[in-house]
Amino acid sequence: MVPLWFYLVVSAALFAIGAYGALARRNAIAIVMSVELMLNAANINLVAFWRYLNPFEINGQIFAAFVFIVAAAEAAVGLALIIAIYRSRQTVIVEDVNMLKW
Amino acid sequence: MEITWQTIAFAAFAVMTLGGGLMVVISRNLWHSALFLMLSFFGTSGLFVLLVAPFLAAVQVLVYIGAIAILVLFAIMLTRRMMGLEETQNTQWPAAAAVAVILFIILVITVSPLVDEKAVTDIFGDKVANFNANLPVDPDAKDSGVVANQDLNIVTVEAIGEALVTRDGFVLPFELASILLTAALIGAIVVAREDEA
Repeated sequence: MVPLWFYLVVSAALFAIGAYGALARRNAIAIVMSVELMLNAANINLVAFWRYLNPFEINGQIFAAFVFIVAAAEAAVGLALIIAIYRSRQTVIVEDVNMLKW
Repeated sequence: MEITWQTIAFAAFAVMTLGGGLMVVISRNLWHSALFLMLSFFGTSGLFVLLVAPFLAAVQVLVYIGAIAILVLFAIMLTRRMMGLEETQNTQWPAAAAVAVILFIILVITVSPLVDEKAVTDIFGDKVANFNANLPVDPDAKDSGVVANQDLNIVTVEAIGEALVTRDGFVLPFELASILLTAALIGAIVVAREDEA
């Protein structure tokens, strides 16, 4: 069986990729996608630890299910905000949306 | 460690997850990014299957690929003028890359004590050993004390559903999650709809 740390390294790499995307992309939709990648990385971690350390309690899987719920809510509200901004400013480039910047 | 079908499947799904994720952040075409995002989600779903979490794998396909990725595709189409940007990365991308690499190195250093399979039980106490004492462990990984896949039949969808609605389970977080989803649904509609006065 694949050792636990394989999963943890994959999850760490996925999280780093998502963090890079969230920091470096200009398009707000790409940033939302990167955040989804980071949530996925956290989920891999949760399920891997559940499987290897405590597989007879289902808490780990329930945790992962709640991450799904939060991810779905986040995607819906985030994309609605992006569409509203696009409608009023005709842009989804985060640098151009600086109305609140002093 | 010998190469088994499980190892090969793990490698394939890991490459799918990480390659897809990497293409999401570096692809110049946003539409391709969204399609690679689907690939990455599918790879994660495969990893869940390998971790004997079939319910989560199915939910991953349904919720992430079936709902979130489609929502992203719709958002891209609604903002189509923004798809062909000349510059997809902002000016701070070298700093962002450095941050990501440093983060990865820190995480790997944190994980590195677990490379020794016996250390897993040492670090996390005797819990693993106690749980698994009376059960046959995976013959491929005797030293690690990990339960074999076929002994995990007790974690069914029924068990997950029961845990979500019993009082000493997760009924409060479950109800809070329902409220969160309702609030998100209403909030998304209110924010995104056109003002008609």
